[in-house]
Amino acid sequence: MIAAVQAEVARQPVLEMRHISKTFGPIRALHDVSLTVHAGEVHALMGENGAGKSTLMKVLSGAYRPDAGGEILIDGVAAATGDPVKARAHGIAVIYQELSLAPNLTVAQNIFLGNEPRRFGIVDRDQCNRRSNEIIARLGVSFTARARVSSLSLGERQLVEIARALSTSARIIVMDEPTTSLTSRETDRLFEVIATLKSQGIAIIYISHRMEEVYQLADRVSVLRDSGYVGTLERDELNASRLVSMMVGRDLSAFYKKDHRPPDSKRAVALSVRGMSDGNLLKNCSFDLHKGEVLALAGLVGSGRTELARLIFGADRRTSGTLELDGKPVSVGSPSEALAAGITYLTEDRKELGLFLDMSISDNISMGVLARDARAGGLRDFKAAERRAAKAVSELSIRTRSVQANAGSLSGGNQQKVLLARLLETEPQVVILDEPTRGVDVGAKSEIYRLIDNLAQKGIAILMISSELPEVIGVADRVLVMRDGAISGEVTASEGKPLSQETIMELATGAAKR
Amino acid sequence: MTDNSSGQATGRRLRTAFAALGMLPVLILLAAGFQFMNPRFLTETNLLIVTQQSSINIVLAAGMTFVILTGGIDLSVGAILAASAMVAVMVSLVPDWGLLGVPAAILVGLGFGAINGVLVAYIKLPPFIVTLGSLTAVRGVARLLGQDTTVFNSDLPFDFIGNGSLFGIPWLVIIALSVVVLSWLVLKRTVLGTWIYAVGGNAEAARLTGIKVPLVLLFVYGVSGMLAGLGGAMSAARLYAANGLQLGQSYELDAIAAVILGGTSFVGGVGSIWGTLIGGLIIAVLSNGLILAGVSDIWQYIIKGLVIIVAVALDRYRLQAGART
Repeated sequence: MIAAVQAEVARQPVLEMRHISKTFGPIRALHDVSLTVHAGEVHALMGENGAGKSTLMKVLSGAYRPDAGGEILIDGVAAATGDPVKARAHGIAVIYQELSLAPNLTVAQNIFLGNEPRRFGIVDRDQCNRRSNEIIARLGVSFTARARVSSLSLGERQLVEIARALSTSARIIVMDEPTTSLTSRETDRLFEVIATLKSQGIAIIYISHRMEEVYQLADRVSVLRDSGYVGTLERDELNASRLVSMMVGRDLSAFYKKDHRPPDSKRAVALSVRGMSDGNLLKNCSFDLHKGEVLALAGLVGSGRTELARLIFGADRRTSGTLELDGKPVSVGSPSEALAAGITYLTEDRKELGLFLDMSISDNISMGVLARDARAGGLRDFKAAERRAAKAVSELSIRTRSVQANAGSLSGGNQQKVLLARLLETEPQVVILDEPTRGVDVGAKSEIYRLIDNLAQKGIAILMISSELPEVIGVADRVLVMRDGAISGEVTASEGKPLSQETIMELATGAAKR
Repeated sequence: MTDNSSGQATGRRLRTAFAALGMLPVLILLAAGFQFMNPRFLTETNLLIVTQQSSINIVLAAGMTFVILTGGIDLSVGAILAASAMVAVMVSLVPDWGLLGVPAAILVGLGFGAINGVLVAYIKLPPFIVTLGSLTAVRGVARLLGQDTTVFNSDLPFDFIGNGSLFGIPWLVIIALSVVVLSWLVLKRTVLGTWIYAVGGNAEAARLTGIKVPLVLLFVYGVSGMLAGLGGAMSAARLYAANGLQLGQSYELDAIAAVILGGTSFVGGVGSIWGTLIGGLIIAVLSNGLILAGVSDIWQYIIKGLVIIVAVALDRYRLQAGART
């Protein structure tokens, strides 16, 4: 620690973010976060999804203006905030996950896009290529400035982005999950480039969920949690359990309701999933879901949870895998077949994939059972739809003036309840819930937890995808953790011992491997 | 400040009124205007002519309403109408079996519509491209059917459809109204109708709700083709003849215009068949009234085109009124 303090005194930080807060209306996205970064340092930024990392970086890049009281110092001098152009002039560059290159232009054209060197008002192509080659040489890469970006691999394109940052004399480069779409060789290449940049005195803020990368690269690691700053660890203080507990350490509230009895292992299997693959992300996923059980599917964003759920529901095509319901094999090739078999799915994206916003609440609730309710000749039974809607409104306490109002007129929580009502009208045996409380206020959240609990008490099997660990711990009986398209482990509560957030996080990030 | 906010409130109220009433006020205003310009407009004879002239377009537009409600488009109805009319006249020439010309035309239309439907629903090609292709191809088929000549039958066994009346109401009008009422029944009173709105409103959500989206799409393109076939029979019955090259040229545009004027959203999911009826009548009143007012043929085109553009602008305005808060 003393050595670290001495180092701090010796070096002037290139970047200091002090007391940064950011609120969006009633939502607090950042609360009093401070971050100090030195030249030639790789500073890793970690935290759960939604902890505030991206917001902090958007404040840094000028996309957001911090609330009053927060300041950003570059080389010890206060810099303007909320201005992307000035931020760039200060040498701050952000490499985003989704690359922003024009594929049909050359590397040099991309590097100087919008910033072309000119002579007599005409783009000076020679100078453009020459300077690009100089920058590329600094990175030590194998392509030339004249190569077309469309001919480059994803990893090489990322290097072009870095070259573009260097062309504007960036001194602080933010990399947001840069390796998510890279092969391991490309990742190694990127790490070499990062080492080169470091030796040239450039500071790198490296956002990643992957423990191995952080161990390999980071000089220091700062952790955010619940929009706040938790702490910073020096390289020699790094260890997995400490990092994970910094990321998750929260108290469970009595907010969650778990009245149903967790099933013992002898309880009948409702759904048995074997060898599910989609030929892309998902690799050979197998698990059993018991009757009356709430099984959570945890993992980081992009780990394949939604993809697996959609595959089970028949919404996407699978390359291999079988399903058994109540011990009998079922073929599920489409959502309609899944629903007929008694499997139902609540989408994570209720506006794009769930609701019919221009249709009535009543129609939305009955949409899955219209044919079942129909009278002779395929005529609608509007009375039945009214009955179902009235029942759902009272049971799930959906707040609306009329069931004939458009679904689009409801608040997020009530829209979610409409979708849940639709799903329950089909009288499912297996319910898959994808982020059931996303974008829902606290009151509706606890009502949804109560509903999940009630379903489990009735013996319905529930598979719940959730990115919120406290929710997973509070609601689930058992947790499957996914990582990189495969099920990386299972966490079970044993007598008197609750599910462990740390274990889940380790399985999700791969920290357990170390 | 106060002025501004009350102005906004008035604006919102105006938009909501537009959304609820649709284009009926526009139709009434147009009719009143033309009556003012030429008192012959609102006579029984002239109104019968207007409704008769609009009947074929309304039948096509009814089918188009189904398609546009799913967020699609059917550009091939004019060509299908021509091919079906050719078949209707040719079958009518068969001794003793001439009456079968009508069902034959409907079946031909259904067949072409089903081909469109399969390409859109199962091969998943964009509706615009599929029906643009069939617009051209079916037009070719229509010309081929009569070796590129006009086919006649002065003794058409079903000519009452085109020229007869029942209790003083032309058969063309009766057919068009029946098609509208039946379409309303299907769209608003059946499960299939609700599915059509659902597919247009959110196709992916519909699929995840277990609705067989391809079947719904096949149905709407089938209906559109079938009604174009009926339109072909009506057209043949009216003219005692059919010509594969000229008949039904750009009818699809009038049909689309009627649907859009009727307030059906071009992206699907919102709209009604009654709106389409009013839209079809607006187009007919516009043509007829402009002729009576002595407006030249060239200016009729320009005015009709502008009306369509204004209608789409109104559609946007209307959708804003329905915007979710």
